[in-house]
Amino acid sequence: MVNILLASTRIKDFWFALPLIVAVSLVYAATRHELMGPILSHALRIGVWIVSFMMMVLVVLLTISWCT
Amino acid sequence: MPNTLETEQEIVVDLKNPFLAGVLAWLVPGLGHFYQGRTAKGLVFFVCILSTFGYGVYLGGNSELGWGRAVYASFRPGQRHLPFLCQIGVGLPAMPALLEAQRAAEGKEPLLGGFMAPPLPVGDPHPGRRMDALSGQPTLNELHRKLHRYFDIATAYTMIAGLLNVLAIYDACCGPVFAENRKEDEEEKPEDSSGTV
Repeated sequence: MVNILLASTRIKDFWFALPLIVAVSLVYAATRHELMGPILSHALRIGVWIVSFMMMVLVVLLTISWCT
Repeated sequence: MPNTLETEQEIVVDLKNPFLAGVLAWLVPGLGHFYQGRTAKGLVFFVCILSTFGYGVYLGGNSELGWGRAVYASFRPGQRHLPFLCQIGVGLPAMPALLEAQRAAEGKEPLLGGFMAPPLPVGDPHPGRRMDALSGQPTLNELHRKLHRYFDIATAYTMIAGLLNVLAIYDACCGPVFAENRKEDEEEKPEDSSGTV
């Protein structure tokens, strides 16, 4: 089942998430600060958080696939 | 050396006319901030939102089908394109879709090679001038078949760009959120004003 999930997932399509993560992080951070320094550091934190969350979801899905 | 956050909180944001800034921010992402003199933030919104939308327009088409196929306006029963409600959040860049929808309703052929034109309806319960005007356009099934997953990715990109601009509009109208939090904190804890954290 894990193989089916991985086979149906085009790994290269994950790269399409990268521009979105950058844009969402920067825009969200820009709505919470006024100076570029805090905006960039906040955007970095949000970006890391988003990637971590997505990885956790991936691990959960892989675990579910492995168990079934 | 002062803390960055303290320095930032000392900034007084002049929103000028918030309503006008909001309208400008909707029309062109970042324009409301340029109007308020918040150039750096305006540039962030302009680049991030428009590049996201532009990449979505690029992904949602090709030289054969025409560009921007993932952005179109259609609200006829059975052919509703609800993602456009998010896409229109980006303002003027999504306006060609409204123009093309209006032209199709009037029985006129699309402009610019079908850029943001609605697809040819299949099984239209009320065929007529609109059907004739769009006779040269691909159907939604053809778009999905020829663009594969890129049609959905393009839809997601353009929707997210529109939704991000909603955040930018709010920021142009009301200022950054941190300022409000600080005001609330000061109101709730006046006795802490002389203390240090």
